[in-house]
Amino acid sequence: MKFMLLINHGTTPTPNDPEAWAGLSQEEQQAIYAGYMAINQTPGVTPGLWMRPPDTATTVRVQDGRTLTTDGPFAEMKEALGGYLFYEADDLDAAIELASRIPAARMNGAVEIRPLVER
Amino acid sequence: MEGELDGVFREHWGRVLAALIGFLGDFDRAEEATQEAFAIAAERWARDGTPGNPAAWLITTARNRAINGIRRERTLAAKTRLLEVVEASEDEMDEMTFQDERLELVFTCCHPALATDVQVALTLRTLGGLSTTEIARAFLVPEPTMAQRLVRAKRKIKDAGIPFRVPADHLLPDRLAAVLAVVYLIFNQGYSVPSTSGALTADALALGRALAELMPDEPEVHGLLALMLLHDSRSEARYRDGELVLLADQDRSLWSTAQIAEGRAALDRALALNGRGAGGVYMLQAAIASLHAEPTRDWDEIAALYGELSSRTGSPVVELNRAIAVAEAGGPEAGLAIADRLPLEDFHYLHATRAELLRRLGRTVEARAAYRNALALVPDDAERRLLERRVSEL
Repeated sequence: MKFMLLINHGTTPTPNDPEAWAGLSQEEQQAIYAGYMAINQTPGVTPGLWMRPPDTATTVRVQDGRTLTTDGPFAEMKEALGGYLFYEADDLDAAIELASRIPAARMNGAVEIRPLVER
Repeated sequence: MEGELDGVFREHWGRVLAALIGFLGDFDRAEEATQEAFAIAAERWARDGTPGNPAAWLITTARNRAINGIRRERTLAAKTRLLEVVEASEDEMDEMTFQDERLELVFTCCHPALATDVQVALTLRTLGGLSTTEIARAFLVPEPTMAQRLVRAKRKIKDAGIPFRVPADHLLPDRLAAVLAVVYLIFNQGYSVPSTSGALTADALALGRALAELMPDEPEVHGLLALMLLHDSRSEARYRDGELVLLADQDRSLWSTAQIAEGRAALDRALALNGRGAGGVYMLQAAIASLHAEPTRDWDEIAALYGELSSRTGSPVVELNRAIAVAEAGGPEAGLAIADRLPLEDFHYLHATRAELLRRLGRTVEARAAYRNALALVPDDAERRLLERRVSEL
C-alpha cells in the first residue's frame, strides 16, 4: 500500500525559526537531523521536498468568480502542514511505526497518515 | 430445534467470519458469505441434522459461496487468490481443518486507528455475532447511527490498511490492553444498564472465554475473565424488586457458586502465569472481587490490594474504593480522611461514600448534605432510589 505521511510541527523548533532552533542543544539538533536522515533512508520511503514554514503560505479561495487571497495557511498556523513524505508499506502498522520515528512526533508535533488511492 | 440452532450459530459466527476475512481479505464480502452459509445451514441442518463439525461445514460452505460469487464477477477474479482453491464437496467438510483466525479478527477490530466506540461495535458485530439492531439498543444509539458506524469502520479497515494479524511481540502489550478494555467495556455496559444486562454481559463473558482459549499464556486475559465471572456471579442478587441491593445486603444464596468457582480458577491461572511479576489491573480487581465473595471479608487485604491498584492506575476512583475498605478495616474516620482528599466533586459515588461514613460517625447534618450532593449527581434511577432510602433512614 502507498501512504502519505503529513508532518505537523506544532510547536517543534525547526531550522526555519532560527531563534527557537538555537534554543536546542547541539546534540538535540544533530539527533533531529539524524532522525530525519534515517527516515529518508528507510526502504519504501520517498522523501518529500523541503517546505518553507507555514507563515510563508498564501491561501486562495474563489467566491462568485472572484479570487480571494489571504495571508497564511488554511489551517491554524500551528496546525499547518510542515512537511510530508510517501511510504510504500504492507499495512498501517508499518506506517504507524515509521510515523513514530519521525522526530516531530515526539516534539509536540504530530504525523497524520493518509492512505493513497491506488489504481 | 430453532433455539438450539440459534445457540450453535452464535457460537460459530465469529470463528466462521474470521476464517472468511482471512481468506477473502474483505470484511463486507466475508460477512455476506458467512450470512449465506448460515442461511443454508438453517435450512439444511433442520432437515438433515447438525453436521459433526459445524464450524468446518460453515466455513467450507461460506468459502464455496464466496468463490461462486467471485467467479460470477470475472473482473474481480484476477485480484484474489481464491481461484487456486479447489472447491470442497460436502462429504469432505467434516475432515477439513481450518486455522482459528478469531485472534487476528479481534486485534483488527480493536486496532488503535479505530475509535473506542467503533472498536466496541465492531467486536460485538464480528466476534459476538450481534445484529446492528442489538448493538444499537445496547448502547442506546439510534440504529442508523450504529449502522453507519459499522459501515465506516469496515471501510476504514480496508482503505487505511489496518492489518488482519496478531501484532508483533513488541506491540502486543499495548494492543492486548486495548482488546481487554473493549471486552470489559462491553461487560460494564451490560452490568450497569439493567435493561440490557444479561445479554451483553453474556457476550462479554463469551469473548473473555474465547480470548482465554486463544491466548492461554497471557495472565491478564485470565485476570479479566476472572473479574467478569466474579462480578457476574452476583448478578441475580444485585436487584430485588427492581431495586439495587448493595453487596453487604445481598442474599448470598442467589450468588452463582459455579461462576465464583470458575472465576477463582481463572484468577489462580492468572496468578500462576504472572509469577512474581507485579499483577495487572484486571488480576488485582479480580483478586479483590474474590475476597468480596468470602463469607467474612478481609478488609485489610482488600484495602492493601486497592492500594496496589491505585499506585498502578493513579485513579482517584480506585482511591475512593480504598477509602471504603480502609473505613471497614480501621474505622470511618480513616476512610473519610482519604475520601476528603479526592478530586471527585462531580462524582455521585464520592458524596454517597462520604455521606455513609459521616452517618456512621454520627455527623448527621453533614451526612444529609452529602446525600443531597450525591442525589444531585446520580445518573441512574435505581441508584437514586437507594440514596433516597438512605436519607430517609437518617
